[in-house]
Amino acid sequence: MRLLAENLTLERGGRRLVAGLSFALGAGEALIVSGPNGAGKSSLLRGLAGLLGFAAGHARLDGGAADLTMAEQLHYLGHADSLKGALTARENLSFWAALLGGGALSETEALRRLGLPHVADFPVRALSAGQQRRVALARLFVAARPLWLLDEPTTALDAAAQDLFAAAMSEHLAGGGLIVAATHAPLGLASARSLHLAGGAVAA
Amino acid sequence: MRPLLALFVREWRVARRIGGGAAVGAVFFLILVAIMPFALGPDLRLLAKLGPAILWIAALLSTLLGLDRLFQADAEDGSLDLYAHAAPPLEAIVLVKCAAHWTTSILPLIVVAPLFGLMLAMDGPALGLTTLTLLAGTPALTMIGAIGAALTASLRRGGLLMAVLVLPLAIPALIFGVAAASAATGGGAGFATPFAALAAISLFAIAAAPFACAAAIRLARE
Repeated sequence: MRLLAENLTLERGGRRLVAGLSFALGAGEALIVSGPNGAGKSSLLRGLAGLLGFAAGHARLDGGAADLTMAEQLHYLGHADSLKGALTARENLSFWAALLGGGALSETEALRRLGLPHVADFPVRALSAGQQRRVALARLFVAARPLWLLDEPTTALDAAAQDLFAAAMSEHLAGGGLIVAATHAPLGLASARSLHLAGGAVAA
Repeated sequence: MRPLLALFVREWRVARRIGGGAAVGAVFFLILVAIMPFALGPDLRLLAKLGPAILWIAALLSTLLGLDRLFQADAEDGSLDLYAHAAPPLEAIVLVKCAAHWTTSILPLIVVAPLFGLMLAMDGPALGLTTLTLLAGTPALTMIGAIGAALTASLRRGGLLMAVLVLPLAIPALIFGVAAASAATGGGAGFATPFAALAAISLFAIAAAPFACAAAIRLARE
């Protein structure tokens, strides 16, 4: 499976952020997108997730399940956690597992992965920001999807949780998954490729 | 079907736990109906004659209450983006969310409507017909309101704008609903014809509004 981006041009509010960006990402590879604030990292991820139109160029997933669209084979983790505060962590995760396809770890297993099994039955509203982020990350494990698009995934995480998530990402890559992550902090991935967006000028 | 059933269950749980939805809507409905006799005076014949119209307007306003959060809450927590990556189309997701909203917030209003109608000196047949027209007409109000909710989902104070957008569009349903409900108190048009028109409006809204809502949501993502 390969993620192919061809000649991507991104515009926001009439401002050109990225021009003529091309890259190919193979199975088991991670791409770390870096750059200053406003360089277009989040826009690039939203574009790949199909939430934002590219001004030119296109991205596609080669060699995936033939009957699924690209949108149905990717996980998008944005700045928002996509959790309902009134529901428990388990209820939130089982909802996303049902809506996004499931076929992976159980809610309890996914939370254990991120060191959070003891809060499964608490309302998410009662959890700390870091714990909420970990529940949001657990969504990646309850539905099996090959392409992960992560926007600042480790915000609010403590060092232990960052290590747990780095191990989980490595395992996803070892299983043939793909990761595109926008981040300022190092994610702890050994062999990740990097893409630096520098506000208009692109150096890949 | 499983993804959509899970969505329905989640919407149901959120509505029940956050509260506010059904209970506040019903209390708002009660207050609207209860202040009418103070404004119109204690003339029981007049109240009974105006009863169906008062219940309908109260139901219309109560329906709008809470509808502004239908997509706004999902837009704020990021869920609205993730719906794009689910297997069911956004139109189906919108329809399920509206169905969940109708059952949790609107259905209780219809259940208490005959009780509140007693305060307006309405008799049995009038109460029955009014309840029946509310049952047939509120799906249209919900679906039309959902279009307004989708258009204003990304706005911070979209509630009032939503009401301004939606109320004019609700006029046809209001006309046929009150006309059918007034048949018991000697309304001119009879029951069957306006009721059929009301049901048609509801069915059309259920069929068409999800597409309008989904288009508005996709537009707002940009």
